[in-house]
Amino acid sequence: MKRRLTHHALAVPCLLALATSCGGGEAEGAAGGIEPKKVADMLHAVMEADRTTYTKQVVNRLIKEQKVRIVTPETEEVVPFGASEQWKSEHGKLPLPAQMFRMGAEAVNAKNVGFTYGLLSSWPINKQNKPKTDMETKGLEAVVASGGKEPFYGEEELGGVKYFTAVYADVAVADACVDCHNKHQDTPKSDFKLGDVMGGVVVRIPL
Amino acid sequence: MLALAGYLLGALVSKDRQVFLPGPTTHGHYQIELDCNACHTPMMGVKVDACEQCHGAELTEADDSHPAAKFRDPRNAELLTRIQVTHCVTCHVEHRPELTRSMGVTLPEDYCVRCHEDIAQERPNHAAYGFETCLNGACHNFHDNRALSEDFLAEHLHEPAMLAEPVGGGVAKGAPTSSGWTAAEHDADAAEIDGAALERAVSEWSASRHAAAGVNCRGCHEAEQRWVARPTHTACQSCHGAEVEGYLRGRHGMRLQAGLSPMQPGLARLPMRDDAASLSLGCGSCHGAHEERPHVSAVSACMTCHDDAHSRAYEGSKHAASWRREVAGEGAQGTGVSCATCHLPAVRTSPAAAASHTQHNQNDNLRPNEKMIRSVCMQCHGLQFALDALADSELVRRNFQGLPSKTIESLRMVAQKRSVTADNTREDEP
Repeated sequence: MKRRLTHHALAVPCLLALATSCGGGEAEGAAGGIEPKKVADMLHAVMEADRTTYTKQVVNRLIKEQKVRIVTPETEEVVPFGASEQWKSEHGKLPLPAQMFRMGAEAVNAKNVGFTYGLLSSWPINKQNKPKTDMETKGLEAVVASGGKEPFYGEEELGGVKYFTAVYADVAVADACVDCHNKHQDTPKSDFKLGDVMGGVVVRIPL
Repeated sequence: MLALAGYLLGALVSKDRQVFLPGPTTHGHYQIELDCNACHTPMMGVKVDACEQCHGAELTEADDSHPAAKFRDPRNAELLTRIQVTHCVTCHVEHRPELTRSMGVTLPEDYCVRCHEDIAQERPNHAAYGFETCLNGACHNFHDNRALSEDFLAEHLHEPAMLAEPVGGGVAKGAPTSSGWTAAEHDADAAEIDGAALERAVSEWSASRHAAAGVNCRGCHEAEQRWVARPTHTACQSCHGAEVEGYLRGRHGMRLQAGLSPMQPGLARLPMRDDAASLSLGCGSCHGAHEERPHVSAVSACMTCHDDAHSRAYEGSKHAASWRREVAGEGAQGTGVSCATCHLPAVRTSPAAAASHTQHNQNDNLRPNEKMIRSVCMQCHGLQFALDALADSELVRRNFQGLPSKTIESLRMVAQKRSVTADNTREDEP
């Protein structure tokens, strides 16, 4: 697999991948492009870094470390600040890190910039997030089998377009991840443990 | 042939484009049907962004369940071969009244089956329901499911028909004032207003919040250093931007937004009073030009024009009785239900926002009518009662005089799924 993307095709992804460079470096080939695998790895690095930062520096810091309390508008009762799956309808709640990640993915999809990503699982709470394509199924199985150590890469054709598809393990890094998924009334799996691969981030780049 | 060409050219030049309409337009678009350019390209194709320009913001606000972006994801490419949902015109074809159903939808009512044919495997309790019932039974909407989502239903399983403490928060209320000027007086030119009328205008203004805020005659009547006898919505817009924005998006102002003449009740498809047919709608049609008359704006102004069964039944409803009590000072502020309470509700940008404004797009929460549940009905009623009442079209026609004739099953289904005992038995008539 030695396909390369031109600078033009990479323009927008590179804008999003703020910390990365499109020019030079070992990933750049003789034709001036970057291998799709490298691009996917770069994009995922940004996604993972942003998600970790939000989890640690926003959610954990405000809720667990600082134990911020807020005033409820209607009752003026002082209650703990928090993060909730129902953040849209509840006052003073942050989106869960996984929801934050999904919103980013949806915003990128809405921009129609050429690549897409999403968070999928073989045991999804929302059934829309179960694997649909053969590549998604194989990828999720592969990252689980490797214990989250190795990403999975492949190519597939969807809607008449060929894609480079990369799947990265989504590992349970906090008790909150495990607790919420195990206890959620829609979960198909209730014995997740810390360090388990709970799903995968699927990145698709058109070839 | 030459005569026909001449006729069409004449129609085009005179801007009388009625002859070019390929068929009657839907209830949502008929007011602006002669502004062809709003939706069409010069060669009468449909503009790519025509729908989104007017409806994009409300779809975002509605947390659209089927946004186009979702289907741009390659993993959903196969679904697009079943139904091309990224194009609004797949479901909403204009000028085809023989196909058009509620909400301007032109697909057969069981179209959900195209993508959700295996729903009974995921949710066995759905097996008994036909696909023609998905969208017609107050269970699901294609776009806006904010009041119908499972999580929202689960939060409101045990509510009585009438909440103990109405949340309130309807339109701004005020002490009753005389009805003052008639609609015809508002339509009159300044030169036709005699000295007594001018004196009255100044008197009314001096007691208004405009006067208190330092907004004097020139604040509204002057534009580009010229006196304007009859200020339009643009004068109001400089201070009441959110209100005018909603007004221009709704049925009362959408013609102005399209650059057409103001809406007149005589142009409406809904039944309107004959004596109001030639009035032209502007801010002053409902609001006193100089006096404050919130109770008039909230009911009487509506009745000046609207003459459909739902409107006519209002006076005999419990909502109207509560409104009369509030206006008479016998009921607490916020406990009365006027036309505006439901159709022009006070809205906040967030639950914590201190300020609110009146949503002047009266269609914002009207279709599908479940859009009204969270912002309006549930200020006083439990969710089950609100769902049942809004799903009963005859009850709506009677302006909610009586009890709902049906019970929407979705709360019971959610309760069963979550192993919660549902007790949504309606109490006595609220």
